[in-house]
Amino acid sequence: MSGRRMTESVVAVSGLAAGYGGPLALEDVVFTVGRGERIGVLGPNGGGKSTLFRVLLGELSPLRGTVEVRGRTGTVPQTERSRLDYPVSALDVALMGTLSRLAWWRRPGRGERRRALEALAVAGLAPLAGHSYGELSGGQRQRVLIARALVQDAQVLLLDEPFAGVDEPSTERLMSLIDRLAAAGRSVMIATHDVEQARSWDRVLCLNRRQIAFGSPEDTLTREVLEATHRGAIVTLPREGTDGEGWLRAILPVAHHEPER
Amino acid sequence: MTLEPAAAADVWNALSAPWGDAIMQRALAEIMLLALVGGVLGCWIVLYGFSYSAESLAHGLFPGLVLAALSGIPLLLGGAIGLGAAAIAIALAARIPEIGRDTAVAVVITSLFGLGALLALAPASPPGIQTLLFGDILGVSDLDLVLAAILAALALLTLRLLHGQLLVVGFDRASARPLGGRPLLVEVALLLLLAGAIVVAVQGLGNLLVVAVLVAPAATARLMSRRVGPAMTLGVLVAAIGGVAGLYLSYYAGTAAGASIAACIVVLYILALGWSLTQERAAPAPLEAA
Repeated sequence: MSGRRMTESVVAVSGLAAGYGGPLALEDVVFTVGRGERIGVLGPNGGGKSTLFRVLLGELSPLRGTVEVRGRTGTVPQTERSRLDYPVSALDVALMGTLSRLAWWRRPGRGERRRALEALAVAGLAPLAGHSYGELSGGQRQRVLIARALVQDAQVLLLDEPFAGVDEPSTERLMSLIDRLAAAGRSVMIATHDVEQARSWDRVLCLNRRQIAFGSPEDTLTREVLEATHRGAIVTLPREGTDGEGWLRAILPVAHHEPER
Repeated sequence: MTLEPAAAADVWNALSAPWGDAIMQRALAEIMLLALVGGVLGCWIVLYGFSYSAESLAHGLFPGLVLAALSGIPLLLGGAIGLGAAAIAIALAARIPEIGRDTAVAVVITSLFGLGALLALAPASPPGIQTLLFGDILGVSDLDLVLAAILAALALLTLRLLHGQLLVVGFDRASARPLGGRPLLVEVALLLLLAGAIVVAVQGLGNLLVVAVLVAPAATARLMSRRVGPAMTLGVLVAAIGGVAGLYLSYYAGTAAGASIAACIVVLYILALGWSLTQERAAPAPLEAA
């Protein structure tokens, strides 16, 4: 078990099964998230990452099992889903986090604007508050959406593939922001299909229509677990330019081993 | 450059002459009320991609209007019934598996519009019923003005109250709910307002031109503004300027008032398009360092 084990759990999921009417999208899910923990959620497309997030957001009711979340859950969706030609500034987007906190007829006032600017500052975007959202880079947009979740005062942030299509420097800024949020006591769950990415978080939850494993990256990211998660065989290739020290792991999907038909 | 006093007086007379006429005053009042609705509601219609719906709704309720005019019931009621019938027909046609939703809408709307035109232009129909197609902004009644004022007040109030909801749902419909957004509520509210606006505005501008005021000013503003609030102000301005210019054109050139207004708004749109094309290259690159 990880050395960062927390006593206070913010999310407790037990025996969860969920789906959309047809076959179950996800079952046998049991895990807890401690305060300030960073959890990598690893799985292939269609493996149930989005389903789990929808359950945690309260959008989808579990078919079986229990889900307890202490505090608010904030969603940080992929930025391509929002429209880039939409006429809003970064500040406008951050202010969208006030919608659930304000009475429905009220509009954000000075206090809400200050909170939104503070959240943008935490995300390192204070100088860009007035810029159009669509003109920002992918990594900056991702951080605007994180600021929006902070304005919601989310205790648990659910990031959906935050590093997809984001360049190296932006990735580093995003990683350091996630670290700072965790240090400040917020829990962060990061959906990814990148094994190397998952390795950098406190704990890893591997999903492939059911829970394959949950625990520290060292214990969890074994060859058996990864093969079960990605339903394929893993081959290890020597990394070029090193003397056998570095190895690249590649996953060969099962289909590739079957005769073409 | 200064104008001679006599020339200035001539210009003033030319500018003020149309508005001495009670008919023109009513037309001006009507177009100003519709400009308010068109500029503000239109922004959401354009942002939500409902422009095609606006066009379809306007054409779909046409037979209802014609039947109301023929049977003497209020146009507003006929329009509302026609709208309901069109909605049901579209819902049923969309269930036919071979054709997609867009095709269903196109088939139903074209059929309904054809039916309405057939009725309106039939030899047995009383003359003047064609004004339903092109409107008669110079013939608006007191009742039309009152209805337009009620519509404007209702639309502005509703849109003001739903502003935050509309903004969140329009930005990213899929993740709006966890943020407290209610996509179904805002979309239904928007379509109801749109339907109300069409039923009211159709009396002044006619079935074919109503979309010019509900969509074109907002589309123009969208080209020139990168924030929702300013786009709304600009949309109202474009509709109002287009409306006044159209009435002048109609007064002095003797052209049909509704069509002149639509034409002036379209000219403003083309000017804005030209302006926006020159701006695109000058747009600053975002700061990558932050």
